[in-house]
Amino acid sequence: MADTADVPAVALRGITKRYPGVVANSDINLTVHRGTVHALVGENGAGKSTLMKTLYGMHRPDEGSIEVNGEHTTFHSPADAIAVGIGMVHQHFMLADNLTVWENIVLGSEPVKAGRLDAAGARAQIRELGQRYGLAVDPDELVEHLGVGARQRVEILKVLYRGAKILILDEPTGVLVPQEVDELFSNLRELKAEGLTIIFISHKLDEVRAISDEITVIRRGTTVGTADPNAVTNRELAEMMVGAALPVPELRESTVTDRVVLELKGIEVITSTNRTALSDIDLTIHAGEVVGIAGVEGNGQPELVNVIMGIIPPAAGTIELSGVDISGHSTLKRREAGVGFIPEDRHRQGLILEAPLWENRILGHQTRPPASKGFLINRAAARADTQRIVADYDVRTPSIDVLAAALSGGNQQKLIVGREMSGNPVLLIAAHPTRGVDVGAQAAIWEQLRHARAAGLAVLLISADLEELIGMSDSLKVLLRGRFVGTYDPHEVTPESLGGAMTGAERVG
Amino acid sequence: MARFSLRSLGLAAAAPVGAVIIAAAISSIVLMITGHSPVDAAIGMWSGLGKTRIQISAINNAGAYYLAAVAVAIGFKMNLLNIGVEGQYTLAAMIAAAFAGARWLGDVPGVLRVVLTFLVAILVGAAWAGIAVVLKVTRGVSEVISTIMLNSIAGALIAYLMVPGRMAILDGNLKHTVDIPNDGLVGAISISGSTTPLYTLTLVAVVVGIAYALLLNRTVFGFSLRATGLNPAAAIASGIGAKKMAITAMLISGGVAGLVGMAELLNGGAHHYSQEFPTGYGIMGIAIALLGRNSPIGMALAALLWSFLGGVSNSLQSKHIPKELVTIMQGLIVLCVVIAYEVVRRYKIRLEQREVARALSDSPGSDLAEAGVTA
Amino acid sequence: MTDLQEAPAVVPASATKRFTLGTRGWILISLASFLFISLIRVTTDAENLTSVGAVQSALKAAVPIALAGLAGLWSERAGVVNIGLEGMMILGSFGCGEVGQYHGAWGGVITGMICGALGGLVLALATVTFGVDHIVAGVALTIVAQGLTLFLANLWMGGQKGKSVPDVQRITINGFAPWLHHVQEKGWFFVSDLAGTVGGFVTQFSVLSLLTIIFIIASGWILWRTRFGLRLRSTGEAPYAAESLGVSVYWYKYVAVTISGAIAGLGGAFLVVGLNYQDQQTGGRGYIGLASLIFGNWRPAGMALGSVLFGYTDGVRLYDPTGEAMHAFVLLVSIALAVYAALQFRLAHRAVALVSAVIAALGLLWFAMTDTIPEQFVGAAPYVITLLVMGLASQHLRPPKADGHPYRKGSH
Repeated sequence: MADTADVPAVALRGITKRYPGVVANSDINLTVHRGTVHALVGENGAGKSTLMKTLYGMHRPDEGSIEVNGEHTTFHSPADAIAVGIGMVHQHFMLADNLTVWENIVLGSEPVKAGRLDAAGARAQIRELGQRYGLAVDPDELVEHLGVGARQRVEILKVLYRGAKILILDEPTGVLVPQEVDELFSNLRELKAEGLTIIFISHKLDEVRAISDEITVIRRGTTVGTADPNAVTNRELAEMMVGAALPVPELRESTVTDRVVLELKGIEVITSTNRTALSDIDLTIHAGEVVGIAGVEGNGQPELVNVIMGIIPPAAGTIELSGVDISGHSTLKRREAGVGFIPEDRHRQGLILEAPLWENRILGHQTRPPASKGFLINRAAARADTQRIVADYDVRTPSIDVLAAALSGGNQQKLIVGREMSGNPVLLIAAHPTRGVDVGAQAAIWEQLRHARAAGLAVLLISADLEELIGMSDSLKVLLRGRFVGTYDPHEVTPESLGGAMTGAERVG
Repeated sequence: MARFSLRSLGLAAAAPVGAVIIAAAISSIVLMITGHSPVDAAIGMWSGLGKTRIQISAINNAGAYYLAAVAVAIGFKMNLLNIGVEGQYTLAAMIAAAFAGARWLGDVPGVLRVVLTFLVAILVGAAWAGIAVVLKVTRGVSEVISTIMLNSIAGALIAYLMVPGRMAILDGNLKHTVDIPNDGLVGAISISGSTTPLYTLTLVAVVVGIAYALLLNRTVFGFSLRATGLNPAAAIASGIGAKKMAITAMLISGGVAGLVGMAELLNGGAHHYSQEFPTGYGIMGIAIALLGRNSPIGMALAALLWSFLGGVSNSLQSKHIPKELVTIMQGLIVLCVVIAYEVVRRYKIRLEQREVARALSDSPGSDLAEAGVTA
Repeated sequence: MTDLQEAPAVVPASATKRFTLGTRGWILISLASFLFISLIRVTTDAENLTSVGAVQSALKAAVPIALAGLAGLWSERAGVVNIGLEGMMILGSFGCGEVGQYHGAWGGVITGMICGALGGLVLALATVTFGVDHIVAGVALTIVAQGLTLFLANLWMGGQKGKSVPDVQRITINGFAPWLHHVQEKGWFFVSDLAGTVGGFVTQFSVLSLLTIIFIIASGWILWRTRFGLRLRSTGEAPYAAESLGVSVYWYKYVAVTISGAIAGLGGAFLVVGLNYQDQQTGGRGYIGLASLIFGNWRPAGMALGSVLFGYTDGVRLYDPTGEAMHAFVLLVSIALAVYAALQFRLAHRAVALVSAVIAALGLLWFAMTDTIPEQFVGAAPYVITLLVMGLASQHLRPPKADGHPYRKGSH
């Protein structure tokens, strides 16, 4: 091993991976040097995750070769990748809630003593690893009781436990606030100092430049070049990524009126597991105003959305829409009163993937024209209106009869935005409206939001992307442990101070 | 988009037709292994097909099968698995029979009596299904388990009620409900060459089928039902009340299940409910709903296939082949068809993703595979 | 369709500690029930409730239910809902009956297990490889099993009754058993009951029953204490996490469902050993096994207790000719419900408490107004109890998280 210092840890040559009908990766070339942090950047849908699945053995490439530490390798499963020292921290945590931390960590390479699991040995080893890399967790806690940061630490420990020397981190900062990102980065630097190699996947250019030693850019499924993080600017990286400057989230002159559209007073929500998810929530949104909600995932955002939508009942407090108390109204009645909803997970709450586009147009509007007439569905009108949305919102599809599943994420999202903007809504709840969509769709969705705001729509914007939140809001509120802990003027606040408030480190009156 | 629909029609037919062929092939192998000739079996079955009696009773049975299948399908459409049709229809038939035979109903005119009997059957079926759905929406109890339990409980309840002095009388060795007087029955059409008359109440199945088709495809309720089945979370977010839908769907399902035994009771020759009342339609209903993919027409074809297969099974005996061959075939068809549908479903999504990608090849396409579902 | 409720958000540590009943809790409950039965025996005319014969009869009824429940445990812990248990038991009883009559009891038992395992393989093929809905596949499997066995039985035996299958070895501890029998007949409170119960286990105790007890303990150990078990359970809790760590999810699911089939097959074989094979011999025990699995919250000890409870209500019928003991059982269930209602009230679960209290009151009323239970309802007891448990204690039930969800490799 001594004379192999200049052999790259990972070298990918000419990797091509085809999915039904599309080439997700074509002719990818990537060289990652040992003991470095190598960033792989590209916009959503550029093919980063596909590539990393290839490298982690989750599927096999159609063409190309993989070399690890100079040796040609073929992966049939993640087990093969693990065997040569590759570990992956997934974007969506891959943890079994009902198992303990140590069970989750050792799964797949369990210590065994006299035929049975060596729990004591596993605990000791995990504690030791945790101390060494500053990743503290309680091995005997059930994972379902852990917060986001702790879950990520478990994920990293899982990889380290297997003795991985090459770590792949897929969008690890997506759910973290700036302070947690700093903590993660200091962990990563420690790992690098121990001689580990890290592949860092992201589309956040500032973060990439802060942590990496080298950057490879991927665009439309292929690698377009490498860059030196110390020399390159965000602008140049954006050029490489999308061939143009990245769209900027920003609002023009204020359109805020003094007409109150949504008013929440003293809202409290208790979940089915008897936990207080929201308390003392007061919120006012005026016509033409965008109110942004900042907060770490799991601090009550879904409950806030659900209680406004009428999906869960408040334990206390009232909700008024344009002066009418709607606290007791059903979701349907609220929608009919003009509440639009862009859900955070479009596949879960926004679409019927196995139904054609025109039926998806009816969803949420099933009791209103043009989708229906009395208790009957009005097919012709629904189809015609779907055509309008497809044209107006630039949904790229060959027809309105294809299944929603066949569209790309960006086009699915544009369809949802178009649908939720139909029927003259007065209030729009937009939860992560641009999550996971390409920059073209992102720009289009922001533009639609600006238009609607100018036309007098009240918008509740929830996002994990602090830039989007700051750029697209007229006013910002921070949600922490189910309470609003501060109100900010987006013109003055920085992501760092917002992040501080989101974790409770900083309090602002 | 004629090409699209023509192809989807082909894809829809591929699974059931393929399943029937594979099931026939496996059954042939079973026959050959056990020293019989599949050709003999086919000839035996074919000869049975020509007999009027078999045709008539197959059509009668198809009506009951179809009703059971529709009852199951209404639940299936929103991912509610009503395994309890069996208990719902037997209990409904028993209580409706006792009701129709009740002496205190003697003065009520025949037509009204029949209508009331139907109503009782529908209500009993719906009520029995209602227990399961109430447990589901209030306590989150899986309807699969509760309906299985309720089937057995219905059996016990019927056994309890079918004791002389409760709702039954003893007639020789047979315990049965009081005979329904003639004006409480519905006339059947006798056909020459057949000892079994053609049940006029099979028309009920046709009416229910048409209503089911209209409900599903043309109404807001049907849309909501399908939306809930395909994506419950999205349905809730769209203002479709999941609990209300579950309750409504299950009650309708149970009500339709209540109709299953009505033709046998009011058209049939026995004029009462007894231990000899046909059972097993509930399980058949599940099989037929699966084979017909919950489609109004598909289930009608499947019900006919099922009842004709059942009808010709006795003809196999003449070739010294046990009639249970048909049961194997039916089981195999169901097993093959559920697999085939799943394979076709995935193939269809992949095909469509490919089509869309091809049609949009001028725009960036690399994000398609990552964005869509990998079903 | 379990997602009627909203998805739970990430729960901060210490927010909820789930109420779980450990093995110790189950033992305590069993002991309390035993004391109660003893009390019923002393106070009613049903003097044989805990006689050696009654315990033997209850054991005979409980073993196949426990085997079905254990079979369900294996497959559901790997995330495959097994509603095909009944079908696998049918295959097992058929295989045992056909082979056992010519090749002895053990030949029959092993054939029964193999036939059940084949049924498990078919279910695994449909649910794991092809991703078919588990319930649908299980129903289809049961239909196939019924058809196939009817066909073959008719073909090979032509409607004739086959020869009976020899019995397996039975264990009687000489000296000890007669003494226990003697003590039992004294009719002393608790002591005689204990003697009768132990006597039931040491008099003519089937080797298969012993095997069942060993299997249940071994299953608990394998599933919760070994590497193999952790991996198998991980495929039922979070298959994609398991996959990402190199666990071959398909393989573990296949193994689990096949073992499940073999155990269910053993349950079917148990019903035939010492008897003639008959059509419909399983009589829905697969479903009762499933019920005992749910009753026991997907854990071996709870499942075993559920099986004993259901088996006892079934097996003791002969020893309770007047229905008086079962009548007293209504009192037991009512008291249990009343206690539960009080507990729930203290936990502020008003609705559950109220419903429990109402059912308890109705039960007490029924108990007070009648002297016996109609025999038709005794057989339905397992189903009613299961419905009550699921309806009233559903918040305590914790099935494996990915139970029933089709898993596709690489689709996450």
